[in-house]
Amino acid sequence: MASSDNSIDLEEPRGAVSEGAARGTSLPRRAFHYVGGWRSDAAARWTFIWPSVILVLFLSIFPLFASLTLAFGRLVFQRGSVEVDFVGLSNFTTLLIGTEQSHILGVAKTPSPFGWLLLIVVVALVARALVRSLRSGRVGVGGAIARVAGALFAVGLAWLVARTMLGEGGRPGALVVTLFYVFAGITVTYFLGLGLAILAVQPLPGRRVFRIVFLLPLTITPIGVGYMFRMMTDTSKGPLEPLFSALGLTGYTWVTDPWAARIAVVIGDAWQWTPFVFIVLLAALEGLDQEVREAAFVDGASKWRTFRHITWPAILPVSVTIILIRMIEGFKIVDMPNILTGGGPGTATQSLTLEAYIDWRSLNLGSSAAIAYILLIMVTVIASAYIAWTRRWVERA
Amino acid sequence: MESRFRLVAMAISAILIVYACSPTASPSPAGSAPAASAPVVSAPPAGGSPAASAGAVRFDGVTVNLLTFDGPQIAEPLQRRAPDFKELTGATINVNAVGFQDIYDQALLDMSTGQNSFDAFVFDPQWMGDFVGPGYLEDLSSRVTSDATLDWDDIGPFFRDFNATYGGKVYTIPLDGDFHMVYYRSDLIDKPPTTWDEYLSVAEQFNGQDLNGDGEPDYGSCIAKKKGQQSYWWIISVAGGLLQNQGTGQGAFFNTDNMDPLVNNDAFKKALETYKATMEFGPPDEINLGVGDTRGLFDTGRCALSMDWGDIGTLALDPATSTVQDKVGAVITPGWKETLDRASGKLVPCDTTTCPDAIDGVNYAPYASFGGWSGAINAAADQAKKDAAFAFLSYMSAPAQSGEDVTLGKTGFNPYRTSHFENREPWTAVGMSQAAQDNYLGAIKSSLENPNMVLDMRIPKTKEYQQDVLDTAVSQYLADELSVEETMQQITDGWNQITDQVGRDAQLQAYQDSLGVQR
Repeated sequence: MASSDNSIDLEEPRGAVSEGAARGTSLPRRAFHYVGGWRSDAAARWTFIWPSVILVLFLSIFPLFASLTLAFGRLVFQRGSVEVDFVGLSNFTTLLIGTEQSHILGVAKTPSPFGWLLLIVVVALVARALVRSLRSGRVGVGGAIARVAGALFAVGLAWLVARTMLGEGGRPGALVVTLFYVFAGITVTYFLGLGLAILAVQPLPGRRVFRIVFLLPLTITPIGVGYMFRMMTDTSKGPLEPLFSALGLTGYTWVTDPWAARIAVVIGDAWQWTPFVFIVLLAALEGLDQEVREAAFVDGASKWRTFRHITWPAILPVSVTIILIRMIEGFKIVDMPNILTGGGPGTATQSLTLEAYIDWRSLNLGSSAAIAYILLIMVTVIASAYIAWTRRWVERA
Repeated sequence: MESRFRLVAMAISAILIVYACSPTASPSPAGSAPAASAPVVSAPPAGGSPAASAGAVRFDGVTVNLLTFDGPQIAEPLQRRAPDFKELTGATINVNAVGFQDIYDQALLDMSTGQNSFDAFVFDPQWMGDFVGPGYLEDLSSRVTSDATLDWDDIGPFFRDFNATYGGKVYTIPLDGDFHMVYYRSDLIDKPPTTWDEYLSVAEQFNGQDLNGDGEPDYGSCIAKKKGQQSYWWIISVAGGLLQNQGTGQGAFFNTDNMDPLVNNDAFKKALETYKATMEFGPPDEINLGVGDTRGLFDTGRCALSMDWGDIGTLALDPATSTVQDKVGAVITPGWKETLDRASGKLVPCDTTTCPDAIDGVNYAPYASFGGWSGAINAAADQAKKDAAFAFLSYMSAPAQSGEDVTLGKTGFNPYRTSHFENREPWTAVGMSQAAQDNYLGAIKSSLENPNMVLDMRIPKTKEYQQDVLDTAVSQYLADELSVEETMQQITDGWNQITDQVGRDAQLQAYQDSLGVQR
């Protein structure tokens, strides 16, 4: 309950401390004084802070531990109760080395020449970054261990991509397909959003209308977007059938070819999320100091040099943040492949979240939670590496 | 401190007041509560007001929350007839309709966690294996036989003894009769296929021809093959005649001695190859078509052949959506002239020993896939709600109501009572010609009377066996992700894993029980 003196010590604002020190007086460190009874500051702390803390614990921490319990268990349904039988690492071993391995990790084969090239490039880049980081002298023991683990993780992912996606006869699993959705989706949405934002800040007629039109996809529910793209990608009877017919594609179908289906998912996802990138970058571009750009033009700088040296550094922090948000969001992609292709053909378009959803739908919650934890670990490592990697850019900019 | 106690007391009082005023708090029927014995609800006279019916038990003030499929079929007749039932009995039926994949989860979680927010269900009887064991469903054995409205004996023996029964007790009331048949364009095809080889020949013959006069080439065969929907059932229809040859009790999914999957053999291999071969004569995006898509294609005259439940027969009657009225024929699912020798795992020709039920040398094994939407009652529901729920399910299944519903494509219900075959008036009323009635009902009857009918899987974890492992592997095979051998191995491994997780002996007993109820 409330503390004995019913008061709360708070740090004073820096300005106030400096002022007090300058006057040579000793200001009390208490920001508030005892008032009495349930209206005291301590009661206010209990009233306003603890409900929030408890809410956060219940909404975030408790589910996290509950799902961790599920990841090591299997549900047993009984009348009026559900029991969780402890099964150890069984859910994880089934996913990573058991019967579900081909669905999660894919089918690994010898990499193609391009696969080997990718693997060598990634290993070289990771090794270079690791050596530079360790030699800098700014990294402690913990940081060094984290960096080595991150480097091994990156090389492992590259190895998986090279052997499944770029392996001759290989097949990417949900993990690699999710990575494809994330990186292809981010690339398309970022450059498309940036291009549209640059266009929308130009003094063009009707730009206000276009700004609203560009935002519309963001307001549609992802399931609606999925069904819409299912209609639009139907070459034989969809609304774009005349267009496909004119191009001689009536007999073609996006959804029977694994890569065409994956690309269709990326297009649908990019269509939905480009407005988000657009609106944030538009705000960043409109916040730029126009006088600096005009000065550069007066000094004879080309449009590209102005963009490269003035606009780009200014919008870099915003860009880094947008990409981070899109990355985390992209790892959770589920609506588009579920509605557009049902995860097919075969399992070609299944993301990790869709795999988890399919397991959850069968009330195989243990496996579903295990997939969620694999995803959590992957997102955490990749997002942390991304932040560490881009921090230097932002600081330099 | 005193203020705090006052606040707590006020909060508790407020909660109690809100709870007491809640409309869901312990409703009790007006008048005397019906006893545990089966309530009798007399059906309204045809064309008359439900209120005109005499002798109906009243359930005034009782609200039954019912969970079912959002189709829009299946939910449609329940929602349409609920107001009539309320007028007749005073009971309110809240039909909560959700997606097909969500019914199982919601029902199981609702009952297992003790929430019991649903009093009744209209769902897949295959899931009884998961629901009956823990005691979630009400035993209806005594009710069904004593309820005059239901007319239990009018329901086909197959649906009474298999669909509705588990472990010798009745847990569901059939509202629908489901098994696969093959549909063909009767204006184009004189001799419908009797074997799957003939099916492929006919499909090849008509593929690429203009079948509906719109100048566009059409398709020889349309079968819904989209992953994650109901498509995993078709492969069993193709494999049925190859896998099962000694009658229903032999089973088509597992070896009844040791629970080994009947998958890694020449029969299943041939079925997979045949199933995939039908894609050569189908729409280019057939792998991404659901059953609604293929029905639409068939009803607009774009397919010469299709495999489906009984729905196409009634959907094709609707002039608003169909261009093939009176051009649709139905026939028992094709069979095979060879079958599996389970000892060797090889195919052998059909003769009087290997295929004792064969007709003209063809071993048919029509597949009672799904089995038909059925009503069940939550054992934990209040007695008044149980009584009202039973009365509603009985009312829906009664010949007067179901006789009309099975003739309407929008209901999703197909014939399952003797009276549905004998009383032809409703069929004539919806515009089905005498010849079409004979053909459609004849195909259903010949399937139902076949002693080698394949019973659908109905053991604990059926959903995982079929909707996860089988569906995924077959869709991967169709998409060329797996070879036929890899597909069979993946299904075998996946099924064995589930069996071992649950317990092989327990699953074997459940499978034997599910087959043993067949007479």
